[in-house]
Amino acid sequence: MSPVPIALTPLSQDARRRRRESTTAWLFISPSVLVILGLSMIPVIWSLLLSFQANDLVTPSRWVGMDNYSALFQDPNFGQAVRNTLIYTVLFVPLSIAFGLALALALNRRVRLVSLYRTLFFVPFVVSATAQGVLFSFMLDPQVGVANSLLHRLGLSPQGFLTDPAQALFVLIAITLWSGSGFCVVVYLAALQDVPQTLLEAARLDGAGRWNLLRHIVFPTVMPVTMFLLVWQTITALQVFDLVYVSTKGGPLGSTTLIVFFIWQQAFRNFTAGYGAAAAYVLAVALLGLGLARRLLARRRSPEGNLR
Amino acid sequence: MIAHAQSRIRLPSNGAAAARRRRLPFSAWHLLLAPLALLFAAPLIWLTLSSVMTDAEINKFPPTLWPSGVHLDGYRFVLSNAKFPTWFVNSLIVSGTAVVSNLAFGTLGGYAFARMRFIGSRTMLVMMLATLVVPFQLTMIPTFIVMKWLGLIDTLGALIVPALVTPFAVFLMRQFFLSLPRELEEAAWIDGCSTLRVLWQIVLPLSRPALSTVAVLTFLTTWNDLTWPLIAINHDSTYTLQLGMTTFHGQHQTHWSAVMAGNVITVAPVLLAFLGAQKAFIESIAGSGLKG
Repeated sequence: MSPVPIALTPLSQDARRRRRESTTAWLFISPSVLVILGLSMIPVIWSLLLSFQANDLVTPSRWVGMDNYSALFQDPNFGQAVRNTLIYTVLFVPLSIAFGLALALALNRRVRLVSLYRTLFFVPFVVSATAQGVLFSFMLDPQVGVANSLLHRLGLSPQGFLTDPAQALFVLIAITLWSGSGFCVVVYLAALQDVPQTLLEAARLDGAGRWNLLRHIVFPTVMPVTMFLLVWQTITALQVFDLVYVSTKGGPLGSTTLIVFFIWQQAFRNFTAGYGAAAAYVLAVALLGLGLARRLLARRRSPEGNLR
Repeated sequence: MIAHAQSRIRLPSNGAAAARRRRLPFSAWHLLLAPLALLFAAPLIWLTLSSVMTDAEINKFPPTLWPSGVHLDGYRFVLSNAKFPTWFVNSLIVSGTAVVSNLAFGTLGGYAFARMRFIGSRTMLVMMLATLVVPFQLTMIPTFIVMKWLGLIDTLGALIVPALVTPFAVFLMRQFFLSLPRELEEAAWIDGCSTLRVLWQIVLPLSRPALSTVAVLTFLTTWNDLTWPLIAINHDSTYTLQLGMTTFHGQHQTHWSAVMAGNVITVAPVLLAFLGAQKAFIESIAGSGLKG
């Protein structure tokens, strides 16, 4: 420590130390502040401004007011993208959560190989969406794919999979269920550790059946985690892009154009960045509404909900 | 958060677990779990198998399910392809830089938020927390414009700069530091150690679980990312592996063994990183879930 002049009172010494601490702290956080706020907070506002402009990413942009938004709501492609995204979310989110919970319940016992199972269910989660897309368009190729050859061996008729407009979206959902369910399994497995064993035992002594144990003890315990997964998986579902880009490019006939793919197309293929930004803002407002709805729901369930 | 999760998931000690396992009979659950696990493993098994097949074997209909031997033609083709090794190195540079800088800046930022009192700390913390829920799609167009303005588009810099530090790294480190007892550092403070020295010599050696979690998660997200490279990079000598694979896949439709070999090389690093740090990784995910 540097010597302190005797004339200084303890109070000003303290003030000096606090100022030095403040300077050090700001030095410590400045890279994060610069990158995170600079490339996140500012773009959020910028994006809002862009959504009121016509911008081709090259020439200076022009203010057009609400034109982008009114055009969006008349654009059949946007309508289709929103519909596809809704179908995708409504199927993927509950299925992945239900599947995750079921698997976690099956895995939450001391049996042999349990950690091997856990690894096998989780590993697809770390495989990039690009690799998934390449791999599955290979496996599901109508001509050379292994999937149709298995169907052939079982005596079933070959399928179009990702090339069939009626199937493509559901095939994509199946692929993300393969890669995304492991996440729910892991989260639920951790939550199941919290189920009070004494309560289970007491209920069992009272003659409660397996279903009653699940309904009255296990489900209430994992409820907060279910809420978390609901939000998390919804955000994930609304942001799917890589897999679509690699496997179907939004086709066939726009049947797999999800909202983010639509935004990307508008901004970086058609060079209508303002239009893309408006679509992004519609998505963001939808997400925000969802977050608020969840808040309200959680608060109604338990008065201290916001403390969790 | 992490320490919390660890204490929850800790398994019984090896001896006890082994004894219990020995007494366990074959469980009927295996009849359900084994086929499901096989179904989950099948695509990756098929990926590996098809990468060592010859193209004749792959293109046969119905395709053979087991390779006649280990044929490395696909791998040879991929690695002698002029661009592929460059993409691999590009991915390594971007992910490596992101890992190192997230560890450094995440530690510094997290420590300041956990242990120091300074003006604006609450505001900054809340603002960073808020960015966690900002969807990337909202920022990608302006970020492209910023990168263009900085002259970084079509360079690795455009991929590195936005990945330098994530709010996630700062928060994870902050939560971890809050869980460490303050007393450890106080002795060093009294002895007049500088903040950086306390951080380096006392705090960091204790922070291995949090550091490895940040490292693995950063590596995973930067290595696997396609969206941002697709936007920021136009020239194929600056492609990352993920971006390269998308064009590779299109160009070599018939050369499937090469495409699958390339895919194996793309997947292998994250798979290895995950298997290496599995415990820390799964705990961090479970921990973030428990936070609700």
